[in-house]
Amino acid sequence: MKPNTPAERLYNGIIKENPTFVLMLGMCPTLAITTSATNGIGMGLTTTVILAASNLMISLLRNFIPDRVRMPAFIVVVASFVTVVQLLLQGFIPSLYDSLGIYIPLIVVNCIILGRAEAYASKNKPIASLFDGIGMGLGFTLSITCIGAVRELIGAGSLFGHQILPLADAAAGKAGYEPITIFILAPGAFFVLAALSALQNKFKIGAAKRGIDPSNPDCGGSCAACGNTMCKGKRG
Amino acid sequence: MDQMLHVSSNPHVRDKMTTSKIMQLVVLALLPTTLFGIYNFGLRALLVVVITVASSVFFEWIYDKLMHKKNTITDFSAVVTGLLLALNMPASIPLWMPVLGSAFAIIVVKQLFGGLGQNFMNPALAGRCFLMISFAGKMTDFAVSDSFRGVVDTVSGATPLAALKQNGFTDSSVSVLHMFIGDIQGTIGETSALAILIGAAILLVFKVIDLKIPLTYIGSFAVFVILYMLGTGKGFDVNYLFSHIFGGGLMLGAWFMATDYVTTPITPRGQYVYGVCLGVLTAVFRLFGGSAEGVSYAIIFCNLLVPMIERVTRHPAFGKGGKKA
Repeated sequence: MKPNTPAERLYNGIIKENPTFVLMLGMCPTLAITTSATNGIGMGLTTTVILAASNLMISLLRNFIPDRVRMPAFIVVVASFVTVVQLLLQGFIPSLYDSLGIYIPLIVVNCIILGRAEAYASKNKPIASLFDGIGMGLGFTLSITCIGAVRELIGAGSLFGHQILPLADAAAGKAGYEPITIFILAPGAFFVLAALSALQNKFKIGAAKRGIDPSNPDCGGSCAACGNTMCKGKRG
Repeated sequence: MDQMLHVSSNPHVRDKMTTSKIMQLVVLALLPTTLFGIYNFGLRALLVVVITVASSVFFEWIYDKLMHKKNTITDFSAVVTGLLLALNMPASIPLWMPVLGSAFAIIVVKQLFGGLGQNFMNPALAGRCFLMISFAGKMTDFAVSDSFRGVVDTVSGATPLAALKQNGFTDSSVSVLHMFIGDIQGTIGETSALAILIGAAILLVFKVIDLKIPLTYIGSFAVFVILYMLGTGKGFDVNYLFSHIFGGGLMLGAWFMATDYVTTPITPRGQYVYGVCLGVLTAVFRLFGGSAEGVSYAIIFCNLLVPMIERVTRHPAFGKGGKKA
């Protein structure tokens, strides 16, 4: 895959440099709002829209923003988009707006957005930056939806608000699932984040040991036919 | 220290005491408490104890097996963890909860951080808090139906501490004598101060623990409660003070769980600081917090402070510090 093409940027954001599990960015919303899968997907898509728009805007402005004031300039751009999205959410999806609460305005200081603006959008062309934002945003959405789904399933026995596991009812003498409440409280976020990060590392390292570098889709998994000495599979 | 040749840094002091022996002594010292719990709450308590200990040992064994590590169940630390966890649960708990608690205590808190000696907080208490946060209702449901005696038979009353919290100072249902002997409601191991003190005496005689942490813990707790009584203008009430000392998990916590080697400071001064932190926090949680109990949260919180306490109370190295001439 050629670098900086839209497809490569999407792959990079979702798998290779997944902002949550690989870059470990944006931990604050990741830990705080993933109490349910719905919250995860809502927060993720909101962030994706802002990330894509701000990446595009910053990339377009990259030759006009003086280096010395780039941070304030980025924040102004991001904050404008956040305000727009916040008002839209409040107007059209008030239930999501209520459940995300303070974490919507806090997207302004989400380090994925500032990180991509600084590391990518301010140095690359607008189209690539737009897709970088979409890729990163989708990677973030996917990750926090997974975390939210696991926490919701274990902590409340439901998924996207639908009761999957029938709950026990002591009063009616009904046997059923006893939700492990700690998983929808703060400690559960850390448990699930750590477990899922470990799981994806396990897959990546396992693949690398077999000679396949999953972060390098070019080689198609065959190390013999590949001349890339920087590849993990080659080195290991 | 089971190997014949052992290369390690100093100090090279040799002692007949091994980890395994210390842990066996702790199990021995916990026996009076366990037996009293079984007497008080019936065979159901025995079942909970057996299941918790067995599942703790099982999780220790299976983790070592799966991770290709040396088998560590012979050091008895998993038995101690399981026993302490069992003593911290009510006898009427659904039987799968102890298994879940043991799994959390052994695998997450102990083994993932490197096994015995590396755990950052007391595994048994962490397991208890995990269950307490998840299943608050079941963990505080003290209804017992198959007791040997008529006294607590089918009584699902509040623990003395919960009664004290609800009714305030003038609660005549709380008798200090009963709390000392232990024929009251509570978790399996916390009710009898007498049985716990017998166990503590065993540990003291064999020099497994010393008095520094338990006494500063209970002492600073008592001082705080007295100050609270005087400060709120209720006047000094011996009954209230001793109800707080003998009630709930304070005795079990102070003698058996706050003295865990791994999660307490090694410096003597640090142990005093640690004891005072525990006493004050327990009193704050009990008197001002939402729940009647505060010992387990106080202990695991102070476990986290231990590295900092050790850092500030470390003895200065020879030749360092002191006054410049």
